[in-house]
Amino acid sequence: MDRFLFLTLDGLSRGAVYAAFALALVLIWRAGRIVNFAQGAMAVAAAYVAYSVTAATGSYWLGFAAALLAGLLLGAIVDIAVMRLVDHRSPLNPVIVALGLVLLIQALLGMVYGNEYLPAQAPMSRTALTVGDTALLSPYDLFVFATVGVVGAALVWIFTRTAIGLRMRAAAFAPEVSRLLGVNVGGMLTLGWALASGVGALAAMLVIPTELGLHPHAMDMVFVSAFTAAVLGGLDSPPGAVVGGLGVGLLLSYVSGYAGGDLIPLAVLALLLTVLLLRPGGLFATVTARRV
Amino acid sequence: MSATRAPAPPYRQRAVDLVRTGRSVPTLLRHLAVAVAVALVVLLVSYQLDSYRNFQLATVAAYLCATAGLTILTGLCGQLSLGHGALMATGAYTVALCQTAFFDRGVTSGAVLLLSLVAAVAVTVTVGLVVGVAAARLRGPYLAGLTLAVAVVVPALTVTFDGIFNGEQGLPVPVAPAPAGLGLYFPHERWQLWMAAGATLLCLVVLANLVRSRYGRLFRAVRDDEVAARLAGIHVARTQVIAFVVSAAGAGLGGALLAVLAQSVSPGAFGLNLSLFLLMAVVIGGLGRLAGAVWGAFLLVVLPDLTHSLTNLFTLSPATAQRLEGNLPLAIFGATLIVVMIAAPGGVQGQLSRLTRALRALRPAGRS
Repeated sequence: MDRFLFLTLDGLSRGAVYAAFALALVLIWRAGRIVNFAQGAMAVAAAYVAYSVTAATGSYWLGFAAALLAGLLLGAIVDIAVMRLVDHRSPLNPVIVALGLVLLIQALLGMVYGNEYLPAQAPMSRTALTVGDTALLSPYDLFVFATVGVVGAALVWIFTRTAIGLRMRAAAFAPEVSRLLGVNVGGMLTLGWALASGVGALAAMLVIPTELGLHPHAMDMVFVSAFTAAVLGGLDSPPGAVVGGLGVGLLLSYVSGYAGGDLIPLAVLALLLTVLLLRPGGLFATVTARRV
Repeated sequence: MSATRAPAPPYRQRAVDLVRTGRSVPTLLRHLAVAVAVALVVLLVSYQLDSYRNFQLATVAAYLCATAGLTILTGLCGQLSLGHGALMATGAYTVALCQTAFFDRGVTSGAVLLLSLVAAVAVTVTVGLVVGVAAARLRGPYLAGLTLAVAVVVPALTVTFDGIFNGEQGLPVPVAPAPAGLGLYFPHERWQLWMAAGATLLCLVVLANLVRSRYGRLFRAVRDDEVAARLAGIHVARTQVIAFVVSAAGAGLGGALLAVLAQSVSPGAFGLNLSLFLLMAVVIGGLGRLAGAVWGAFLLVVLPDLTHSLTNLFTLSPATAQRLEGNLPLAIFGATLIVVMIAAPGGVQGQLSRLTRALRALRPAGRS
């Protein structure tokens, strides 16, 4: 029972990161109907910026801030310099371009930093606090919950309570009408990319210290898990992404705790297949999928 | 040409004939003739090139099976697969397990390789069917995400079940030497090229006929407009599954040939990057044309070689050289992919046909 409690809390902490990353995918999907397959590579790039800044200044928090800033900038740059130029008539095109970005970013990181794991430090202890004999959460887990919670709340506030959030939703929902009403639709899309990429960078900063370390491919598996989470939630719904992320985190924690860490990739694939076969629209789909 | 036929068949029948065959020479014969011609050229070329170039050409042939399969799926049927590297791994591991089983039982004749290749294609087709059925209900990003998961997970499986697949070490692929009838000093690489080119030409003839057949037209109809295809009575999901299975067979054969050429398989060679490379190759070569797949397969072999000699031009510290060595080809691949998608979505083959059209337009009208 103690072990179950520990695995549950650990899974929720892992799931919070997946939720943040899935949220980033959903943000871009809602803004531009693109699944950003380069999200993982972009987030790793931001984490490498943090590594450099931390190595130069000695401060984790300066590095953390630099990663968020780099994430925001990278998202805006990718939209303006690449995605805006792509012919969007075929849905394949943006996906292929995003994959090209994956190759390019990972290769550039490998050239600059090398293809080996670099140590990534956590800002606080990762040993679990115990109550009685039961191992519960570590201070780092609490930090993860707090950060993801703050970011989630901030996103909700931006999209529902501010004028710019209203414009972003309008630009995504009805681009032509919004343009007639004076909304800078392209600018809103760029802002959406920047926000999503910033959230992705945050997720990378949170997850990398808990895994093997910093590596150009460090986010590949996280991306697949987060994509599964986003699909589980419906790809269109931010609350769905959060629930999906927590669900995937719990599942993976139980699988690795009871059956062995080797099986995690297989469990993700099985979950994704099951969801896509049984409920392709996801648990929280708001728009019915196109039936042909 | 049909004017020489007498008496001319009724208009309707002629139209049906034209649709069926495209030209007056039956498609299958035409493709076979081209294949025989190419085979002769490869035969001649194999005697001119040194061993290393022969091996490279054999690798091109192996990649060509996979890129041709992916061209059918992505270019013709409009489905994106990021899992073809994993399907190639399936073929490669099947061939390794079959060959080892044969050799362990003392069957070492070269002919068993045929059986192993057929087994590799059969297993890959089965895997392709499972993924294809799951994917047939999926559109665009969902399919890409599912196949991405397959690409990330399959190499990891070799470590999970290391009792069968021997983990990161991989498996050896015992292959019989060239037949003794060819002479004692017959270079092994030339024999490899003959095997790979033979299998690939067979595969290409089948695929080229498929492109020209009823199924090719179904694929294109589904790609261009699913709703219209459905209204025309086409079973969209079934067509997509068929496309996926056909392209999986190509990938399986390609992976099996790669394993036979390298005489070993390991998960490192079949990671996510391989899938991305294949996609890049067909996009840069030109989506939707088998000729584009040929350009793509050449690119996959030539580009790493080219960047290698490029880095050798400069004197670099060993550490820098090592970092550039693995990553420069990737960076060039990625950048080329982005630029081609933005500037020339037709790829190499698209630009070539545009060029020939332009040249044809320059010629005086009269003979069209």
